[in-house]
Amino acid sequence: MPGLQIQRRVKYQEELDADFPRRVADMPGAADLNRCIQCGTCSATCPVSSFMDLTPRRVVAMTRAGFKEEVLRSNTIWLCASCYSCTVECPKGIKITDVMYALKRLAIQERAYPRHFPTPVLAREFFHKVRQTGRSNEGQIATVMILKTNPLKLLRQIPLGLKLLVKGRMSLWTEKMSGNKRQLQDLLDYMDTHKELR
Amino acid sequence: MRFLYYPGCSLKSSGRAYEESLLAVFARLQFPLEELPEWNCCGATAYMGIDEKKAFVLAARNLALAEQHGDGQPVHLVAPCAACYLVLLKTQKYMVEYKPIGRAISDALKSVGLKYRGQVKIRHPLDVLIKEVGLERIRAAVSRPLEGMKIACYYGCQVVRPFAEFDDPHDPMSMDDLLRACGAETVDWPCKVRCCGAMLTGTVEEVGQRRSYMILHEAMRRGVDAVATACPLCQFNLECFQGPMSRRYRDQVEMSVAYFTQIVGKAMGLDERTLGMHRLFIPLRQPPALLGTSHDC
Repeated sequence: MPGLQIQRRVKYQEELDADFPRRVADMPGAADLNRCIQCGTCSATCPVSSFMDLTPRRVVAMTRAGFKEEVLRSNTIWLCASCYSCTVECPKGIKITDVMYALKRLAIQERAYPRHFPTPVLAREFFHKVRQTGRSNEGQIATVMILKTNPLKLLRQIPLGLKLLVKGRMSLWTEKMSGNKRQLQDLLDYMDTHKELR
Repeated sequence: MRFLYYPGCSLKSSGRAYEESLLAVFARLQFPLEELPEWNCCGATAYMGIDEKKAFVLAARNLALAEQHGDGQPVHLVAPCAACYLVLLKTQKYMVEYKPIGRAISDALKSVGLKYRGQVKIRHPLDVLIKEVGLERIRAAVSRPLEGMKIACYYGCQVVRPFAEFDDPHDPMSMDDLLRACGAETVDWPCKVRCCGAMLTGTVEEVGQRRSYMILHEAMRRGVDAVATACPLCQFNLECFQGPMSRRYRDQVEMSVAYFTQIVGKAMGLDERTLGMHRLFIPLRQPPALLGTSHDC
């Protein structure tokens, strides 16, 4: 039959990344990953698991098995809203929210995150804003995020933005940090220059 | 004991009414909160997803600054925003539990002449009102009891889990107790600690707004006058997307969503403007008996 595609739907051991589970487990809070009994409590309690391509339980299992590509490219890590339900409910005390944070950081390091997916874009904009000024500005960060991911959506957001401005709930400029602003910059610079602390 | 106030970025913008009503209520109770000078952003949830150690260092600078105000005595740092509250608690805990984090934070702080000895206690205003001020003093300060007002207390996620110790992570009661002391009726409902969708309401709308809608839907079914919140992001999500939610889920979503401090302030007879009521998109719905009784103080 012409055009019939035959594709293997499993991965064999040599195709997995044996180092991946260790790298994840090395991150604070993620060490308990190996205690998982695959009960699925995390997936059941997760408020957004119905939208995830891999449920939290599968993420844990696949991380342990070394499915690096699949895990880092899943939408799961970018849908986790840090509600900590799974962390509180896990019968083995695994800090699953911290595992998700570890995977987000690895996905950004490995540039495996979806470039135009709003969640990582928002996280990066927030990071840069705070790096520059020491404080965040929700309005500015949200605007840049929308511009970078879906500029047309900005038009739809204008009524909300105006309403927030009128109510004094959004400002176009960031409130300045008082006093020693240099100190915060020095502190973050120190973290940049002392890689041994990472 | 010194009580300092850590506003965080949201209480200076979208959550301004939270700051206004919080400070007014504490002033009325003669329990002044003093803003921590020179504070910086706590890092929130976003920073943790990019650079964990830097996120902890950001938060730790605030702890070190707060400690300087204690003159060797423990200092209480009151953090009303759920994300700030969680991040500050997490930083304290992880500094001790994870040596590399503790070392990185100490080294970085030292490089700018700061030090943190662990003498700061992070408190949520709900915790302070119940445990430090006490319901007796609050009852005594109520001049306009909220009789006939039915409220759904919504605690959200990060105020009650996973680090908080002042209330139950599954069925918290501090806000219920507080608003009952103000004369209101509070309902028992299953959404007290369910996630509002957090940043997803703006990033992945279908996922985030579905969360907020489910919470509002349950509140509406119980016929409450308002949902009370303790977090600027929860308040924003539940209040500001009701239009899009009505269209998306083919339902007429209309519900007052106010900070618990605004409702407490109302019971104390504080005026609307002082409590930031004019910043709400949907005016706080009040039973007829309470209308027209507000006066300037």
